[in-house]
Amino acid sequence: MTVTRRHDGELHLNRRAFLTLGAGSFLGVVASWRHATLQSPDSLPGTGPSGRLWDPARAGRPLEPVTIADNDAGIRAIEKQLHCTCGCNLDVYTCRTTDFTCTVSPAMHEQVVDLAAQGMTGPQIIDQFVREHGVAILMAPPKRGFNLAGYFVPSLAIIAAGVVLTLVLRRWARTAAPDPVPARPLAAAGTPEELERLRGELDRLSV
Amino acid sequence: MTLLGTLALWLALLVGVWGALAGFVGGLNGRADLAHSARHAVFAMCGALLVAVVSLEWALFQHDFNVEYVAAYTSRNLPIFYTWSALYAGQKGSLLFWATVLSVFGSLALVLTPRHHRELLPYVAGVVSLVAAFFVSVMLFGHANPFQRLPYTPLDGNGLNPQLQNPGMVFHPPMLYLGYISITIPFAFAIAALLSRRLDTDWLVAIRKWTLLSWLFLSIGICLGMWWAYVELGWGGYWAWDPVENASLLPWLTMTAFLHSVMIQEKRGMLKKWNLALIIGSWLLSIFGTFITRSGVISSVHSFTQSSVGYFFLAFLIVAGTASFALYTSRLPLLAAEARLESMVSREASFLFNNLLFIGIAFSVLWGTLFPILSELVQGTKVTVGPPFFNQVNIPLGLALLALTGIGPLIAWRRASIPNLQRQFAVPGTVGVFTALILLVAGMRDFYALMAMALGGFVAGTVVQEFARGARARHRQYGEGYALALGRLLARNRRRYGGYIVHTGIVILFVAFAGMAFKTETEASLRPGESASIKSPYGWTYRLTHLGISQYDALNRQVTAATLEVTRDGKRLGVLTPEKRQHVDGLGRPTFQPSSEVGIRSDLREDLYVVLGGVVNGTEQAVFRFTINPLVWWVWYGGMIIALGGLIVMWPGGSPAAKRSQAGYAVRLVGEDR
Repeated sequence: MTVTRRHDGELHLNRRAFLTLGAGSFLGVVASWRHATLQSPDSLPGTGPSGRLWDPARAGRPLEPVTIADNDAGIRAIEKQLHCTCGCNLDVYTCRTTDFTCTVSPAMHEQVVDLAAQGMTGPQIIDQFVREHGVAILMAPPKRGFNLAGYFVPSLAIIAAGVVLTLVLRRWARTAAPDPVPARPLAAAGTPEELERLRGELDRLSV
Repeated sequence: MTLLGTLALWLALLVGVWGALAGFVGGLNGRADLAHSARHAVFAMCGALLVAVVSLEWALFQHDFNVEYVAAYTSRNLPIFYTWSALYAGQKGSLLFWATVLSVFGSLALVLTPRHHRELLPYVAGVVSLVAAFFVSVMLFGHANPFQRLPYTPLDGNGLNPQLQNPGMVFHPPMLYLGYISITIPFAFAIAALLSRRLDTDWLVAIRKWTLLSWLFLSIGICLGMWWAYVELGWGGYWAWDPVENASLLPWLTMTAFLHSVMIQEKRGMLKKWNLALIIGSWLLSIFGTFITRSGVISSVHSFTQSSVGYFFLAFLIVAGTASFALYTSRLPLLAAEARLESMVSREASFLFNNLLFIGIAFSVLWGTLFPILSELVQGTKVTVGPPFFNQVNIPLGLALLALTGIGPLIAWRRASIPNLQRQFAVPGTVGVFTALILLVAGMRDFYALMAMALGGFVAGTVVQEFARGARARHRQYGEGYALALGRLLARNRRRYGGYIVHTGIVILFVAFAGMAFKTETEASLRPGESASIKSPYGWTYRLTHLGISQYDALNRQVTAATLEVTRDGKRLGVLTPEKRQHVDGLGRPTFQPSSEVGIRSDLREDLYVVLGGVVNGTEQAVFRFTINPLVWWVWYGGMIIALGGLIVMWPGGSPAAKRSQAGYAVRLVGEDR
């Protein structure tokens, strides 16, 4: 019997070899099935160690198991005030839990956890980061010096504009010419039904 | 085809320059031949740019990887849907898209504008030609030619950024671009009105539909962007006050202010200066947004297309801003109001305060966006201005605006009387107070969320009252059933009642935003069979059981998917399959870093949002982030209702009162809104 392989020339097998190969393959399949049956409880919920992935690299950067500190509300609150320096524009907590590809935010998280383990409070940890990286490490500028302008200029500008607008409107209202067709009596006299009827008549007369 | 595309760009540039010259000279000297030529130049430029778009799409679909743009943004295995959208995925293609859409809009404006505005049209053609020619010149002289060839031909392209391979990204950028681009048409009419000195209210009628169209596209584009960010980026939110997001919000705010204040000009002949300033400002902000997106001067997670072309836009912004300002100030004496405000308690006054808040919010967003640069200039220190800053400054302003959304429609035009105010405010005010009380009793203690929901109740009360009164009046007058009366009420005065539908959408958005105050999140690493629990703000407990991980190949990616069984208070809800995706090119080579595909289980009350972080030691033990986001679906519903309201307002036909006004005789009824 001749089996022709597409690229590698010819492969010669006699009948016995062919049958042996066939039987071997069958047994191999059965064995592997049995092997799988034996191993399969491992991949069932809660029955054994988790299996290895076929290609772990496809799942991204290898990760460490989540610790209690990772879910600590205090740690999270600190990390939400710190700006990740990877260029993502997110806070450390959001960055490290978004697509988990960043390597900067996990390092910053480790540092926060270490500092907290040393007994530092939230403000002390934040101050430590500011000392190391400058105020740009904060998600919002501290409320001091020129930064106060950042917080209060919009509100003050709106209040000032509101005062000016009110004064201007009051002056306009005082100097406005008397209304030839005062709106007030019409508003008082016109019920919704009457207004709707008037609209209807006007619409009928319009183009 | 790329040669044809480049030739088309050069032709578009030459025709655009001619169109600008002919338009302005023809308009200023009253030369009909030049005006006619400018109009034809816009059509010709549109044709040339469409040829360039077809050429680029041809290169994209032919996988002509010798073209640098095609190699940079596509690959052989990229789905057709995204191959098409690669047209605007990169800097160069999006510039071409922008110029082309502008020329299409310009052509439509020239064709569709009624004849009695023909004095304005040469200038409109001139402005459109000038702006489109600028975009083409950026492509040709700013190293942004999408037809540029490589010295070699790669076997396959880079592929499209995985985050852009999402249906939201197919529709979000074009919608936003359409919004940005279509602002040029009202701007062109404003400049035409200034140049021609035809500064009555007539030109506003010509641009009414265009301003609404811009606003509608911007609204839809922003909402789609929020949806894309939520389902694709994996950070569990939809708005991060990123500079690029802010850049899209700025013209939306000023356009919305304009849509309100223009009613005062149409009804009373007031605020001419203000309305012109808003139109010019909106257009300048759209160019500013383009500068922010493309320059990289402010770091942004969305800036997919940073390059030096940003400085072309900065120069254009400065020149266009200076020229517009000079023209505007020179015409100020011609922009006197035809009437004066009669009372502080009037619809006009409430619209002015509404405008103050819109512009105030726009200013605070712009201020916050630029503050890092300002800080660096003044104190030599760069600061980060993130969501905590913007929330602190803008939430109170937003709530004040929401209150005015309910107050404005309750106050009569010209002058409101005390009995009228009492009658108008009784029901909405009661609804607002009761909403607050119910929420307080239910245990809500977050001040801003409580205020947002109470004010939402107040505004909803206003809208329902307006519809109910109108329908009841029709029912009594014409004997119509309430449903028919409601339908006819809407059909006969689309601008007014469509506007109320938009207000309803805004209320829903605010309530949905307030829901995010109750977001909860946790991380867990689970082996197959292990579970994690997370408690929802409604008191339910979700339990997520990790069933295992599968790996398989899809069209252009290698997928690692985790399967999680979800139960809520013991009741099985189904499975979620968050994924990690490693995108590959046609030769199986990885193209980008692995990206996350979020698993989301939504209902009207809350979303369960699951991100697969990765695996531990190459095993099936996986790291997850679980988040519960309350009321997220209402953000999308709110967006849809806003779009529906905008469409109703825009729909042709509409109010006879508006027709009366356009026919030249405005009859005003107290409380009537056109």
